[in-house]
Amino acid sequence: MNHDPFAWGRPSDEHYGAYNHAIAQASNNPKMNTQNPIITGTSVISIKYNNGVIVAADNLGAYGSLLRFTNEERLIKVGPNTVVGVSGDISDMQYIQHLLDEMEIENNYDSAYADNEEQLKPSFVFEYLSSVMYQRRSKLDPLWNAIIVGGTEDGKPFLRYVNLLGVTYSSPTLATGFGAHLALPLLRKLVDTEKDVEKVNLDVAKKAILEAMKILYYRDARSSRKFSLAIIDNELGLNIEKDLQVENMSWEFAKDIRGYGTQKV
Amino acid sequence: MATTASEYGNELSKVPIQHQFNPYSDNGGTILGIAGEDFAVLAGDTRHTTDYSINSRYEPKVFECEDNILISANGFAADGEALVKRFKNSQMWYHFNHNKKLTIKSAARNIQHLLYGKRMFPYYVHTIIAGLDEEGKGAVYSFDPVGSYEREQCRAGGSAASLIMPFLDNQVNLKNQYEPDSNGTKRKEVKYLGVEEVIKLVRDAFTSATERHINVGDGLEILIVTKDGVRKEYFDLKRD
Repeated sequence: MNHDPFAWGRPSDEHYGAYNHAIAQASNNPKMNTQNPIITGTSVISIKYNNGVIVAADNLGAYGSLLRFTNEERLIKVGPNTVVGVSGDISDMQYIQHLLDEMEIENNYDSAYADNEEQLKPSFVFEYLSSVMYQRRSKLDPLWNAIIVGGTEDGKPFLRYVNLLGVTYSSPTLATGFGAHLALPLLRKLVDTEKDVEKVNLDVAKKAILEAMKILYYRDARSSRKFSLAIIDNELGLNIEKDLQVENMSWEFAKDIRGYGTQKV
Repeated sequence: MATTASEYGNELSKVPIQHQFNPYSDNGGTILGIAGEDFAVLAGDTRHTTDYSINSRYEPKVFECEDNILISANGFAADGEALVKRFKNSQMWYHFNHNKKLTIKSAARNIQHLLYGKRMFPYYVHTIIAGLDEEGKGAVYSFDPVGSYEREQCRAGGSAASLIMPFLDNQVNLKNQYEPDSNGTKRKEVKYLGVEEVIKLVRDAFTSATERHINVGDGLEILIVTKDGVRKEYFDLKRD
C-alpha cells in the first residue's frame, strides 16, 4: 500500500494512468498560507504605572538579518485612549492597521450621535484583535504577529497581549519576542505585581522603559536606535513621541573585549 | 509529490518534508476539582507560560458560569478560552429557549458535543466542570480533549495532573489505606470530606506541585460552590 496520505482515495496509477490535474484545475499541492514572516518588527515593550501605561517599539523593519526599512511606525493609535503595538510580520501589521482604521471609521459614525457613549475602549479593540488572531490561526492562515494593546479604561490602566496563535494574557508589564527575555526582568524589578503599579509614577516608569530600550538595542541584533514611545495617561491623554533615540549608551566595555577583533590578544 | 510530515515519515525519505505552522502551544498550569457531600471546588494556579517564559503571574483560568457551574479548560490557553466562551454562549441560549436552569449533568453532555464537534481539529485542553447535581450533592465531571467524559469524586488536570492525581487517590478515595490493626486486610472506609479539609488538601496539592513542576506556581485560586452560591479564595504560591 502507498502510505502517503495524499495518495489515499485516488484512482491507482497502474489501472488508470496518472491523474490529470488539469481536469479539476486542482493544484498538485495543498493550498499554502503564510508559513513564515518576511519583513519583521522586533520587540514591543510596555508597563503600567499609577496613572496609565507606556508602550514602546523601535522603527525597524528587518528582512532576515538585513536592516531593510528604518522608518516603520509600529505603534498604532486607535480611538482616544488606545495604542496597539505590533511586532512580527510587517505586511500582516499593515493589514491589521487597515482593519483597525475601518473599525474606527465605522465607530465614528456611531459615536457622532451617541455622545461618545460607544467610544472605542482598549478592551473593545483587544477583544476584536484577539478574535481575528484566533480565527486566522484556526484557518491555519495566521497573521504572524505578537500584539500588545495598551490604554486607559474607566480611569484604570489596561494592558493585554495576543499572538499569532490567539493566546492572550495580561500582566502589569508585558513584552513581545526578545523583549520578553531581556526587558521584562528589568521592568518587573519595578512592578512585580498589580499592587506595585500604584507605587510607580510616569517619570519612573518612563525611565525604566528607556533603559529597557537601551538594553534591547545593545543585545538585539534586529533592533534600531530610533524608536517610538506611547504614553496613555488619565490626565494627559494619549501622546506618541516619535523619532526618539537610544541615549547615554556606554561602550566602555568594548575596548576590553579580546579575541574577536583584529587585536593580537 | 510533496507531503506533510506524517506518521509514515520514515517511508517517505526521498520526499522533502514540509514544515507547517503549528496551531497549538502549551501554556502550562494545572487544575483540580473535588466534590464533597454538599459542595464542590474547582481550583487552578494562576501562572501562564510558554516554554520557559512566565507570561503572567495572575491569569485566572477557572470561571464561574450561570446556575453555579464552574468550568476550567487547561492546556492550550487560546482553545481553553474559546471553549469556555462557547459554553457560556450555549448556556445563554439554553436559558432563552427553555427558561430553566441548566443542570450540571446537561452541561457536561453539552460540553462533550462542543469538544467532539472539533474531533478532527481538537481543542487541546483538559476540561473539568464542577457544581451541584439535582440532589444537591457535589459533582465533578472531567473531559479529554475530544469529549470523552465521566463523573468523578475528584480529578486533577493540566501540567501537574500526574503529580497531583495519585495524591488525590490516596487522600480523597483512601486508596491503599488500611485499618491499622487489620494487617492490610480491611480497607479504610471512604467518607465525605468537609470544605475546610478539602481546601487544605487542595493547598497541599498545589504547593507540592509548585515545588516539582516549573509551569505551576505564582498563585492559587479556588472557587467553591455550595447551595448558597459561589465563593472565591486566593492563596499565594512560590514565584520561582
